[in-house]
Amino acid sequence: MTNVSIIGLGQTDVKEHWQTSLRHLAWYAIEAALDNAHINKVDGIFVANMLAGPLSGQQHLGALIADFSGLRGVEAVTVEAADASGGAALRQAVMAVQSGLMETALVVGVEKMTDLVGSPVTSALALALDADYETVHGMTPAAVGALLMRRYMYEYGVQVADFAGFSVNAHANGAVNPLAMFRNKLRADRFASAPLVADPVTLFDAAPTGDGAAAVIVTNYERAQDMVPQPIRIAGSAIATDTLAIHDRKEMLWLAAAQKSAARAMAAAGVSHDDIDVLELHDAFTVLAALSLEAIGFAERGEGWKLARDGEIGRNGRIPISTFGGLKARGNPGGATGVYQIVEVARQLRGEAGDNQVSGATIGMAQCLGSAGATAVTHVLSK
Amino acid sequence: MEVSRHWRLNEQRYALIGETCDSCGTKLFPPRDVCLECEAPAKELYTFTGVGEIYSYTTVYEAPAGFAEYAPYTVALVKLEEGPVVTAQLTDVAKADLHIGMKVEMVTRKLRTDGSEGMIIYGYKFRPQLEMA
Ligand SMILES: [Zn+2]
Repeated sequence: MTNVSIIGLGQTDVKEHWQTSLRHLAWYAIEAALDNAHINKVDGIFVANMLAGPLSGQQHLGALIADFSGLRGVEAVTVEAADASGGAALRQAVMAVQSGLMETALVVGVEKMTDLVGSPVTSALALALDADYETVHGMTPAAVGALLMRRYMYEYGVQVADFAGFSVNAHANGAVNPLAMFRNKLRADRFASAPLVADPVTLFDAAPTGDGAAAVIVTNYERAQDMVPQPIRIAGSAIATDTLAIHDRKEMLWLAAAQKSAARAMAAAGVSHDDIDVLELHDAFTVLAALSLEAIGFAERGEGWKLARDGEIGRNGRIPISTFGGLKARGNPGGATGVYQIVEVARQLRGEAGDNQVSGATIGMAQCLGSAGATAVTHVLSK
Repeated sequence: MEVSRHWRLNEQRYALIGETCDSCGTKLFPPRDVCLECEAPAKELYTFTGVGEIYSYTTVYEAPAGFAEYAPYTVALVKLEEGPVVTAQLTDVAKADLHIGMKVEMVTRKLRTDGSEGMIIYGYKFRPQLEMA
């Protein structure tokens, strides 16, 4: 159990924010989180971002965002771990507060994906892969997802349509989340015939990239009790890594880092699978949702997809996932995604999730992955 | 600069030169100097035969910069006969013939044109293994 609690949450909607700059997006989320925590200063800022360099021509976000948010002078740095940056930044904040070096820390995930369109964006996303041995051959994150999905189908005797339940669930939840990028419901029978991104991954399988920012403020447990009516405890927090390229993994269909970080975070929190009421996982591709459920331990190897088929991942199911739409429907704002997950799980535990509420949720887990699990960050939150 | 970034990989790109572990004999490609199996030093060079089979494959429709002109193209994970799996494009193969387990062999082809100077990058791709006479 860590000695760190969440006292403030903020987020923007996820969409193509044509009119809004990177710094403004970050500020909107920070402003909301400061208001939510009833404070106006923090001891440090951890910015989660993946692609501001290649897509916006902007790095050095720590100083930029501290300055623009009226928090000049404060300690502020960027944390980058591909699309696990958000979880990784929260992990740094947890360590800072747990150690006593900071009393209050702000985590803001921000991503501006839509300043460019088409192949430059695909190239930027591919920066998370191995430049010398994957990207040079034309690999993309979607192609990595596709290679895993085809192998999964081959080894476990599964069809493309068997993955539909993940996207149908995500869109059903996104449809009632006012902040989601996609609010349309998805028909399972349309899933397999959607346009291809990288065969067999289709547009209905791959999560869309979008712009957005989310922020979380943490402080020590004792202080949190006096500051806000419903502090949320960060019960467990862990990062693990795996080989950068999937081709170097002895067991390609096993997300070793996802398993390790989940096991460490759950052990620290002292919780078992039955205790977890809500799970936000990294459904950038449906096969990653299946593999994450297997690695975390909610399904046997090769059977993660069955939880989607059997309706066990719905808000009333055994293990609700993607409760605000997940990456698939809420949208995947890269380095901000891991912070969105934390905001969403915390809202579930506060009972503030509105139409997305999982009733009676008291313990939740969030896990984000950098590319196909080269980095995995897991947090367990409790009421 | 871009040229040296590619030039220093010529032995891997043109000849599939990897490494072998002094302790357990595991073959490594790409070379990484530390054995994936036992973490012992693995610096002895080893030239792979370039023969293997398809472990998985995909056809890419949404291509990154530098590849858009080739899309759709097919990328595979190829399991080399010595053990390692490499990521590479497939060439000279009909999509209908593709299958997991298909025997393939390495060939050298143009990978893409790179950067503003238009440097052409060559390297390994894999094609269906030609039948022995
Ligand atoms: Zn060895």
